[in-house]
Amino acid sequence: MTKNYLEISQVGIEFPTEGEPFRALQNVNLTIAKGEFISLIGHSGCGKSTVLNIVAGLYEATEGGVILEGREVDEPGPDRAVVFQNHALLPWLTVYQNVELAVKCVFKKSKSKPEMRDWIEHNLSLVHMDHALHKLPGELSGGMKQRVGIARCLAMQPKVLLMDEPFGALDALTRAHLQDSLMEIQQQLGNTVIMITHDVDEAVLLSDRIVMMTNGPAASIGEVLPIDLPRPRNRVVLADDPDFNNYRQQVLRFLYEKQKNPTAKAA
Amino acid sequence: MSATSTVFKIAQVVDLLTVSNLRLVFDRIIKMLALPGFGVLVFLMLWQLVANNIITSLGQFPGPNQVWEQSNNLVAEHQRERTKEALFYERQEKRNAKKLAKNPDAVVKVRAYTGKATFVDQIGTSLLTVAFGFMAATLVAVPLGIICGLSESVYRCVNPIIQTFKPVSPLAWLPLVTMVVSALYVSDDPYFEKAFLTSAFTVALCCLWPTVVNTTVGVASIDRDLINVGRVLQLSTSVHIRKIVIPSAIPMIFTGLRLSLATGWMVLIAAEMLAQNPGLGKFIWDEFQNGSSNSLGRIMVAVLVIGVIGFILDSLMLAVQKHVSWDKQAILR
Ligand SMILES: Nc1ncnc2c1ncn2[C@@H]1O[C@H](COP(=O)(O)OP(=O)(O)O)[C@@H](O)[C@H]1O
Ligand SMILES: [Mg+2]
Repeated sequence: MTKNYLEISQVGIEFPTEGEPFRALQNVNLTIAKGEFISLIGHSGCGKSTVLNIVAGLYEATEGGVILEGREVDEPGPDRAVVFQNHALLPWLTVYQNVELAVKCVFKKSKSKPEMRDWIEHNLSLVHMDHALHKLPGELSGGMKQRVGIARCLAMQPKVLLMDEPFGALDALTRAHLQDSLMEIQQQLGNTVIMITHDVDEAVLLSDRIVMMTNGPAASIGEVLPIDLPRPRNRVVLADDPDFNNYRQQVLRFLYEKQKNPTAKAA
Repeated sequence: MSATSTVFKIAQVVDLLTVSNLRLVFDRIIKMLALPGFGVLVFLMLWQLVANNIITSLGQFPGPNQVWEQSNNLVAEHQRERTKEALFYERQEKRNAKKLAKNPDAVVKVRAYTGKATFVDQIGTSLLTVAFGFMAATLVAVPLGIICGLSESVYRCVNPIIQTFKPVSPLAWLPLVTMVVSALYVSDDPYFEKAFLTSAFTVALCCLWPTVVNTTVGVASIDRDLINVGRVLQLSTSVHIRKIVIPSAIPMIFTGLRLSLATGWMVLIAAEMLAQNPGLGKFIWDEFQNGSSNSLGRIMVAVLVIGVIGFILDSLMLAVQKHVSWDKQAILR
């Protein structure tokens, strides 16, 4: 396993504003191994999405940079697929066509038409959405849309899967289902994942390491907590597990004791 | 039909006529027919009342009765003219056939009928003119709007020009357009009449703006996430425009197009009056100059026809908009 698969080094960013530029991040350093599942957690407005967007190449860091498999990230690309909080499916395309658009972009040279069709259907069946291939997003529930959004990213076979609060807009039961699906898929395919969440249980259940961010402005990484729980993990069994609860408590302590008092505007 | 199936049919009908169903049907009739009908009736009564009290130099202002009479006259005139035309061609054909029978090598002439344009012909001309002007405007306005929506710098360059030309009346443009058409469209065998082109381009100049402005807004307000999806997929500009920009902006583009068509139809009448394009505008102008006792009634017919056609054009656009819009839940009216 490559230890330095993805390197975020000395990243800082300033956003231009009316007056002084606003410094959102400073000295963010993180090294991620191939196949690792990382959660980013922190109070709202601290800069989690900004970190993710820099890795995606959607934002440009003011200083420092991101290196993926030995190459510097300088623009967005399909090797860093992003799952957006609000699915970001094209509402005028069917489920199948949404995934197809991505597959056509990534595999236009390497896959034949029938191969593409199989690949699209395969990825949709991974997220259990193969029953609704020809529905429009408007006809699906929130959870189903998010599944399709994930399938679209999986189908791109990205080096890193970036997820910005992917389950934040869903109800608790749907969220649990999707978390289980994601765990299963990640176990099976060995994806490298960075997921933003504000849900402590979700972070502990899914992650290999939890990265906890300090409050902004000039936010940085506060603590990194490795989660040594055996896989596959089962939420029902873990509910009574002392280790699991211990991890939970450490995250909660960081968030509500060490980093309480998030700046007023971020509340 | 067998007895059992008849019984079955009756049962179905009876079922439909249950009390609650009846009530629904009744409500519907009231909403869809009775209320609009009532509105029209009240309007007609008021109209007659007011008309009775206005005496102009051309006689009494036309009420619904006179207008109805004149509309029948106009249709009758049209039919007479068509019969004349048919007879003309029949005679010509007979003459030519005779000539050919005498001498198979004779050169026969086929002349086109040059009768006077009827009211119905004029409606046709107006529709053609507005269609031409509207198409020309759309071909310019949609691409321009997309470019302005995509690039803020282009928008800032173009915006003062749009804002300056948007409020200009068609009457101000018309002399300029007339001179430009006369200067540039020189041909011995013109396919289009100059008056037609002048009217159409004046229409185009006036109905450009709503489409440009609405398309710009539609394109500029595309969901950021969707744009980011395109960036992650590294879509080329043309694919980005075809797959993301245009579908996103379609509802706004059509809002603009509907406004444009409505503006164009309004502008057309004024343009035709001044450019003497043989459409509804010219019809009104000629009747006004003519000044017979029937003129006001005939003008009133034209006014109503213009209104009804405008209404139909808008309904057609709405139907197209509903058809191409991906958001079937959106309430369009
Ligand atoms: N494009 C931007 N322009 C200006 N300020 C921004 C921009 N994006 C984020 N910020 C600011 O950076 C800070 C971190 O934002 P974000 O990364 O979205 O936080 P979160 O942790 O909730 O995802 C916030 O104060 C936000 O206002
Ligand atoms: Mg965020």
